Amino acid sequence: MGSQGGFGQSKEFLDLIKSIGEARSKAEEDRIVLHEIETLKRRIAEPDIPKRKMKEYIIRLIYVEMLGHDASFGYIHAVKMTHDDNIHLKRTGYLAVTQFLNEDHDLIILIVNTIQKDLKSDNYLVVCAALNAVCRLINEETIPAVLPQVVDLLRHQKEAVRKKAVMALHRFYQKSPASVNHLLSNFRKKLCDNDPGVMGATLCPLFDLITIDVNSYKDLVASLASILKQVAERKLPKSYEYHQMPAPFIQIKLLKILALLGSGDKKASEQMYTILGEIMRKCDSTSNIGNAVLYECICCISSIHPNPKLLESAADAISKFLKSDSHNLKYLGIDALGRLIKMSPEIAEQHQLAVIDCLEDPDDTLKRKTFELLYKMTKPSNVEVIVDRMIDYMISINDNHYKTEIASRYVELAEQFAPSNQWFIQTMNKVFEHAGDLVNIKVAHNLMRLIAEGFGEDDDTADTQLRSSAVDSYLRIVGEPKLPSAFLQVICWVLGEYGTADGKYSASYITGKLCDIAEAYSTDDTVKAYAISALMKIFSFEMAAGRKVDVLPECQSLIEELLASHSTDLQQRAYELQAILGLDAQAAASVMPTDASCEDIEIDKDLSFLNGYVQKSLEKGAKPYIPESERSGMVDLNSFRSHEQHEASAHTLRFEAYELPKPVIPSKTATPVMQSSSSSALVPVPEPSYPTESFQPVAPVSSTSDAGSSDLRLRLDGVQKKWGRSTYSTSSTSNTDTLTAQNGAPQRESVTSSNSRAREFSYDSRRQQPEISAEKQKLAASLFGGAAKSDKRQSPASQKVSKTPTQAVEKSHGVKSAVSESALADKIVQPPPDLLDLGEASVSSAPTSVDPFKQLEGLLDLSENTCTLNSRQGSASAPDFMSLYGETTSNEQSSRVVDPLSGFSTTTTAEMNGHGASTGTQTTQQLSKGVSTKDSLERDALVRQLGVTPTGQNPNLFKDLLG
Amino acid sequence: MIRAVMVMNTLGKLRLSKFYDFQPMEKQQELIRHVYAVLSSRPENVSNFVDAESIFGPDTRLVYKNLATLYFVFVFDSSENELAMLDLIQVFVETLDKCFRDVCELDIVFNYSKTQTILDEIISGGQLLETSSTEVMKTVEEITKLEAASSSSSSSLLPKSLVAWRQGQ
Repeated sequence: MGSQGGFGQSKEFLDLIKSIGEARSKAEEDRIVLHEIETLKRRIAEPDIPKRKMKEYIIRLIYVEMLGHDASFGYIHAVKMTHDDNIHLKRTGYLAVTQFLNEDHDLIILIVNTIQKDLKSDNYLVVCAALNAVCRLINEETIPAVLPQVVDLLRHQKEAVRKKAVMALHRFYQKSPASVNHLLSNFRKKLCDNDPGVMGATLCPLFDLITIDVNSYKDLVASLASILKQVAERKLPKSYEYHQMPAPFIQIKLLKILALLGSGDKKASEQMYTILGEIMRKCDSTSNIGNAVLYECICCISSIHPNPKLLESAADAISKFLKSDSHNLKYLGIDALGRLIKMSPEIAEQHQLAVIDCLEDPDDTLKRKTFELLYKMTKPSNVEVIVDRMIDYMISINDNHYKTEIASRYVELAEQFAPSNQWFIQTMNKVFEHAGDLVNIKVAHNLMRLIAEGFGEDDDTADTQLRSSAVDSYLRIVGEPKLPSAFLQVICWVLGEYGTADGKYSASYITGKLCDIAEAYSTDDTVKAYAISALMKIFSFEMAAGRKVDVLPECQSLIEELLASHSTDLQQRAYELQAILGLDAQAAASVMPTDASCEDIEIDKDLSFLNGYVQKSLEKGAKPYIPESERSGMVDLNSFRSHEQHEASAHTLRFEAYELPKPVIPSKTATPVMQSSSSSALVPVPEPSYPTESFQPVAPVSSTSDAGSSDLRLRLDGVQKKWGRSTYSTSSTSNTDTLTAQNGAPQRESVTSSNSRAREFSYDSRRQQPEISAEKQKLAASLFGGAAKSDKRQSPASQKVSKTPTQAVEKSHGVKSAVSESALADKIVQPPPDLLDLGEASVSSAPTSVDPFKQLEGLLDLSENTCTLNSRQGSASAPDFMSLYGETTSNEQSSRVVDPLSGFSTTTTAEMNGHGASTGTQTTQQLSKGVSTKDSLERDALVRQLGVTPTGQNPNLFKDLLG
Repeated sequence: MIRAVMVMNTLGKLRLSKFYDFQPMEKQQELIRHVYAVLSSRPENVSNFVDAESIFGPDTRLVYKNLATLYFVFVFDSSENELAMLDLIQVFVETLDKCFRDVCELDIVFNYSKTQTILDEIISGGQLLETSSTEVMKTVEEITKLEAASSSSSSSLLPKSLVAWRQGQ
């Protein structure tokens, strides 16, 4: 510490820093700093302070501000200091203002003049200081004041100045592209600057420009490639070498730009191949920076038009990264792998084990990156493993931001690839349990719909099973404390709809549970609304079935409590429930039909049932309804206030966007007709209004949030909206019947959702996968290889229907798709070395020519066969073996198998027996060679049935598959 | 684009910070606290990269390096290369080292403006300006010389060696 005197600061400053350094608590530190602020305030206001002292005060101010305290009292002194002629002080002044002020601060205007002057200075260091300040302090309005000087400085004799001028111009472009649009050609010119530093600096703005508009810079490809070549060949001055690499940062920027330019452009890409190959070859992979360049090369290779040779060397580089001990390199390896699997999906296979290792790594960053990769690699055959892993990880982290992200990701995966609905429901239960408040409410609605719709068509037993298993699992879960609201809504709805459906549970048991929920979560109105609607359903089902309804005492007290509820929505529900209890069996059945959530509701958009009423009113002298569009110019009392506000605000500049037109404003003009119509609607046409009640899952949300605004919704979009928010009206089954959901609705939706990412997991849009996002599709296509894409990505519901074609198409792909299919799951099940061998073997056999049509024919038959057999659960193992064997043969001996049909039908049983019995482990290996989701799932089940004990090297991994 | 540069010690005390898009002071303090919380919770022998999206918003990453008692932190977006950023930290530190001869935490504390000058030579407006530490040193030395000439009374920005030399005279 003795050397401190040499730093040139006053004793005071040293003491300050020392005492802050020794402060034991934040409070103590604050006290010291506040004291310092007081001292500075006093000192700085003294007259005639020596400049050197002033400089130290300013530095102390920066220090104080760095510690998080307000030093605004000293800003003006910093501004004053920039005016000083002494460059030392001037630089300190500039430093202080760039730290203190943002570009819109009032004091900036006092500096602009100084900056202008300094930009013209003879001393280039002054110019540099001013340019530094320009980057930070000039805003859109002040750009014109300094722009001419900055442009002049592009031709300054000192390269340091030119470099900074380029940066300043770039900054202007970032802040206000319009103001420098005519100067963009300067960047191109500066690319040819004699000084490599200036050229390197120019790459930054060029990168931004090219990101925005690739096409107008295609002509640069050749020159950029040649610059890269020169750099790589060490044509730059020695001083640009860094750790024996020639100008690596410039190389990286160039590679980034080339990646942009070459993306999807074969001609441009071809100009880069040579130099990329050269760099890949030359790169020194022992140093950090060498690997950075190597990694950038891989990124570039995976973004431009593919070249097999380069892809190969990229794959080699990746495997080196992954095998490295350095976490940084592993991280880059995983990232690069994620990029490259878009191009060549099979490369992931070689690195399965490395990837799994990264997943178990204590490094969180690496783990996340790996999950990102897995997310990209997910397919039906490995979705269970991946999602299980994700859930485990999600439960283990506390970071809500990332939890939400990973939850939404895995909901997305589960929705896309779910091998069975049962699995989907169980998975969803876990999401709700652990991240219920973080997931989108849509997810809950999708789940309800899935349970309601079941597998889709004509498989009633499966649907019933699904529902009872859902009911079972929910009854188990419901007793747990503190469930999230969204989950409770699902539970209530499902219990209401299907709680008594299979006769396993008595009505009083279910109603008791529902009352418990309403009581336990008495602060959550939405949950209570769901619960009471569920009660309503249960009671009316009971009545319709002719049984006597006994209302439990706690239920009675709940109803009474809600009758007096402050929430009009809850109150109405309670009254409705009371009314229903008074009805006879037949009426109750028509009010609350059993399992009607998927039924069609006929919607009378024109409200024609009101015609008579309207006519009558008109005859009595009521004003006719004027559509909103023709209503302009009419100012009624209701809109007066908001109108006034508009007037008032019209005088000043409005910076924010105009708000959406308020629906409330004109509504009252139409009230005589509309309001009464909404209330009378219940009477003349009971059909459309009563079903609403049975679709409570949708209604409560809407009515609690905008209760009492039914006239508003009526007015807005026709009657359809009356039963729910616009969001739900299209996407929920409750309002659209199954038929429309499959035919009509998706068509309608596809228009809107074609742009939306798959992340919005609307169920309907899931069905429309092929139209949803081209990007994702491409990814899937590359993951699965070719034509399988559209069929593969269907939702579980539709999967069943289209199963046969799916299999056929896949099979026609023969070995190739099977190979790419053998995903993580396979690797995990198989002992690692075998796995690799097998994978490679099948890859090598991939190109063998098999007549796809013959295979297709054969498989069509085969798969039908398998299907029917599989449905018989008792003998499920036999056909499984058969199909397994079929796959083995087609995988490994595809060149020989020409017509699988004949092969199978004749030899099945005998071969199967021999094959299946002899090699237990081998069976396990092939078990997971999935062709379709269903097959792989069944095979999973088979493994469990057989009780095969894993013999792999990593027993942990087996847990995933074998439970 | 580089969003921010921070230097803090292993106890969480900020030694240097520069945000290339303006952040109000309270926000800066909050960001720094979050960054410190993340860094201090990371075990040893793990990667130098951290996903910073939960702190700095979408598309941001963070590279840090722990040298002696200091964390050097660079925050940037996807237009930069992580490993290269790690080396940029190296460049920065190397330059500091050349400047201060075995740089230590105190050098940065007491030579705030000089450290900032070095940083300004390396990064300007969030973009990489110069990556050769010799070039940076050249400029910084010129500035120092000029400053020394213009304010002979002050020696605060001179390198230690020079100060020692003067005192020796």
